[in-house]
Amino acid sequence: MAETLQNLALGFGVALQPAMLFYAFAGCVIGTLVGVLPGVGPLAGISLLLPATFGLDATRAIVLLAGIYYGAMYGGSTTSILMRIPGEAASVMTCIDGYAMARKGRAGAALAIAAVGSFVAGTLSVVALMLLAPPLANLALRFGPPEYFALLLLGLLVLAYMSGGSMLKALAMAALGLLLGMVGIDQMSGYFRFAYGVVELGDGLGVVPLAVGLFGIAEVLLTAGQATPPAVLKPRLRELFPSRQEWRESVAPIGRGTVLGFLIGIIPGSAHIISSFVSYAVERRLSRRPEEFGHGAVAGVAGPESANNAATSGAFVPMLALGVPSGPIPAVMLAAMMVHGVSPGPLLIQQSPALFWGFIASMYVGNVMLLVLNLPMVGLFVNVLRVPYGFLYPAIIVFCVLGVYAVNGSVVDVWIAIVMGVLGWILRKLDFETAPIVLGAILAPMVEMSLRQSLAMSDGHYAIFLTRPIAAGLLAAGALLLLLSFRSWIPFADKGVDA
Amino acid sequence: MPPTSAALTTDRAGGGALALLALGVLWESRVLPLGSWREPGPGAVPVGLALVALAFGVALVVRGGSAPPLGGVGWSEAPRALVVVAALVFLALAFERLGYRLSVFVTVLFLVAAVERRPPLAALIYAAGISWGSFFLFSTLLKVPLPRGPFGL
Repeated sequence: MAETLQNLALGFGVALQPAMLFYAFAGCVIGTLVGVLPGVGPLAGISLLLPATFGLDATRAIVLLAGIYYGAMYGGSTTSILMRIPGEAASVMTCIDGYAMARKGRAGAALAIAAVGSFVAGTLSVVALMLLAPPLANLALRFGPPEYFALLLLGLLVLAYMSGGSMLKALAMAALGLLLGMVGIDQMSGYFRFAYGVVELGDGLGVVPLAVGLFGIAEVLLTAGQATPPAVLKPRLRELFPSRQEWRESVAPIGRGTVLGFLIGIIPGSAHIISSFVSYAVERRLSRRPEEFGHGAVAGVAGPESANNAATSGAFVPMLALGVPSGPIPAVMLAAMMVHGVSPGPLLIQQSPALFWGFIASMYVGNVMLLVLNLPMVGLFVNVLRVPYGFLYPAIIVFCVLGVYAVNGSVVDVWIAIVMGVLGWILRKLDFETAPIVLGAILAPMVEMSLRQSLAMSDGHYAIFLTRPIAAGLLAAGALLLLLSFRSWIPFADKGVDA
Repeated sequence: MPPTSAALTTDRAGGGALALLALGVLWESRVLPLGSWREPGPGAVPVGLALVALAFGVALVVRGGSAPPLGGVGWSEAPRALVVVAALVFLALAFERLGYRLSVFVTVLFLVAAVERRPPLAALIYAAGISWGSFFLFSTLLKVPLPRGPFGL
């Protein structure tokens, strides 16, 4: 514990430098704007801003990008409460009771509860991240290629299992992502695969063009022709203070949302989205007055908002400790770290303590900044939505193209993003999730490398995955998930589960 | 009308497309060495993944009968979306030929003035602001290398 505090002091020494404070602040402001604007989620926001960090050192870049991530989680609640428009997907649940509270004249209280819940959850989950990541990294030092292969496979299965819809469809999308990840030079033999003479494809399909296309451009195509957003309910400053009753009703949901969100955040998948749905369901189940949900229940705002912020920190645990992204957003953050010459994984804490602990400390600082920033500046952020969509989306398109081009200075990446945008648009129309595609494409080279390294280690014996306890345990967990999901396919098994 | 099991549904369309893609990957993988079962070559994992994708695609086709019918999917935004795609294609083609500022200016002006039918003067000012403003922010201040076209624009 003393060592942890010592390391944290080192982190605060880094995070409280004026330049670092500036980048944390900039990240929070940009993230809040990203969260407020429908169609520009945290993934697209981080991808777009990635090139702007190229001139920074690794710590500043990661602090800025992390600020955008958790800033977006805060910002998403504002439009949900005041306009019934979720700025990003994790705020969908806040729309229901947050907007209902606003219509009852409690918009200010709803915003304050969302902000305080986000702050508490964000801060507590950073403590958990701080305590959990180093021991997990130590455990991961025992991981070899077979364990990584099993972990990556389990990650994809959990993502599909947690996706909420049909697991078969999610797995199909993950398989598509894995196939896309095969494009480029084979790392072990040097063969060009599916590149068709395009030299730029040698490094594979980049994370940024994939993410920007499937999320940013696809969203613009889906909302093309959309009218100006509806009117905004304006809160008065004196209404920003919840009543004593509202505080009492929000304490337990904030606590539960924090724990749930953090735990779900660690699990692969679109954690921040799932966590808010689960939290809402739990609060409704536990409520003595479930009939209030949908009509302005305080717990319906406090729980989901806390959960999606806690999930943000939880998602950093496997990324920092294992070097394995738990979803598309951590994957882009991972790519950002690699661009800056930092390899996330078990050795990160030992090799770059200033970066790791500076990043942790900056998350504390960022949470305070967001609390101070969010409430007084609500009106300012909401004004962004008064810009007619006809003006807004051309700018979003330009930033998508700019962000994609700037990563490698290659128009090929722009073409990839356009193709992915059209693909994402069509898939969303057909009700297929696109997050597993991004994760599959990112994990594909890791999956292949760890599989082939494992076989090289074992002289071609596949039993290596079953004779090593950690790998076997992870694979057994994956098999169990598959069995649970597809049990309705088994003759004479319980019916009623749609895989 | 409730969907019948024989109908072309969204799941079946998606599954069929995935299966076709997987077959395409299998065909293209024939030029890659497969290696052996004990020592897989560069073609082994793509082939294995294509077979997995093919299985998922076929499963979706077989079990996707209860999904919403494909004909029921609304495409009201399609005309506007296709214009946006065309604008993106122009932007990609012009990006390095006309340079960042000119290509972005033309694209934004077209979308705002011609597609969204906003007042021409407002569109002109907005397009100029976006193209020159973003260039100043990213290229001048943040040192992101962006292409220049004729006359250094």
